[in-house]
Amino acid sequence: MASDVKPRVRVQKKAAKGEIVEIKTLISHTMESGRRKGKDGKLIPRSIINKMEVTFNGKPLFNSNWHPAISANPYMSFFAKVEESGEFAFAWTDDDGSVYKKTASITVA
Amino acid sequence: MKMNWKQITFLSAAVAVGLSVFAATADAADWGQYQVDDRRSGFTYMTDESRAMQVDNFQNPGMLWAEQGAELWSKVDGKAGKSCASCHGDSGETMKGVAASYPKFDQELGKVQTVEQQINYCLENRMEAKPYKWESGEMLSMTVFVNNQSLGMPVNVKTDGPAAAAYEKGKAFFNERRGQLDLACKHCHEDYAGGIIRANTLTQGQINGFPTYRLKWQKVGSVHRRFRGCNSMVRAKPFAYGSDEYVNLELYVKARGMGLPVETPAVRN
Repeated sequence: MASDVKPRVRVQKKAAKGEIVEIKTLISHTMESGRRKGKDGKLIPRSIINKMEVTFNGKPLFNSNWHPAISANPYMSFFAKVEESGEFAFAWTDDDGSVYKKTASITVA
Repeated sequence: MKMNWKQITFLSAAVAVGLSVFAATADAADWGQYQVDDRRSGFTYMTDESRAMQVDNFQNPGMLWAEQGAELWSKVDGKAGKSCASCHGDSGETMKGVAASYPKFDQELGKVQTVEQQINYCLENRMEAKPYKWESGEMLSMTVFVNNQSLGMPVNVKTDGPAAAAYEKGKAFFNERRGQLDLACKHCHEDYAGGIIRANTLTQGQINGFPTYRLKWQKVGSVHRRFRGCNSMVRAKPFAYGSDEYVNLELYVKARGMGLPVETPAVRN
């Protein structure tokens, strides 16, 4: 599955100064826990996204560490107060070291 | 889609009415379109969280399959050099109503066809490509994409005429005891719908939301996967994916939910 990991992000395009906006993210990933057994009775090696980091205009905004109990295709949403126009940068780090990235910009009127 | 102000006003009025009705009858739960007479969609048995997950297109993980299906739709495959889009148009709009009316009797083949079988029929005969395996990612994506086009349309399958024989066989299957536990589909899904089986809530077994994103499966699954799961849980030997037994059963079960909206991809636990 690691080949077709696809991040999705939804952030409103415009906001008023000081407004609290909801940010929704979803990433397609099997999140193999490492505890399941395959048909041959052997453990399927763990392969999950273990970290999600979000920055706004380069400054850290939201960080989270993920563990094997997180379900497949993880959905994460959170709120942020926006004071200025800028860009949210999202990065998900996989166990195998690859980083999936996505950005979304917002304009503060 | 562009809306004029009249339509917009109408919509917001409808939403307001819906809310007030809900507030007035909170005890006797008004399920709106998810209930037709005594037929209740599996949606009505889920938790609020699962329901919220389903109705939000972004949050619904089943939409990942729909997106993948949309890509496959216009991908050329096979010796004929065609894609689905070559005959059916670029968007999936021509597929509107398909999920509501399938399984359907096919005159040419002389048998009832499910959406999956129709997809493979096109692949083999029109595109001259390799058919998809029933529970493969491609098949699930394509089925979710096709069925999703009918979102919200009421289920309306034909059970008379040439489809009558298959319908009757499906009905017999539904009411027939099987497996070491000696249970028929009806024992759980008709007699005890709404009750608890171990830690799960029994639903009426409606299939208007299939292929469904099942949280337990952590992915989307077909109706026949669900049938196989049920059959092996009553310790009966499951039939094969796409077997006549399951096609007939699918027709009967779909017809049990006549009028319920198509919810593909539904989210269930």
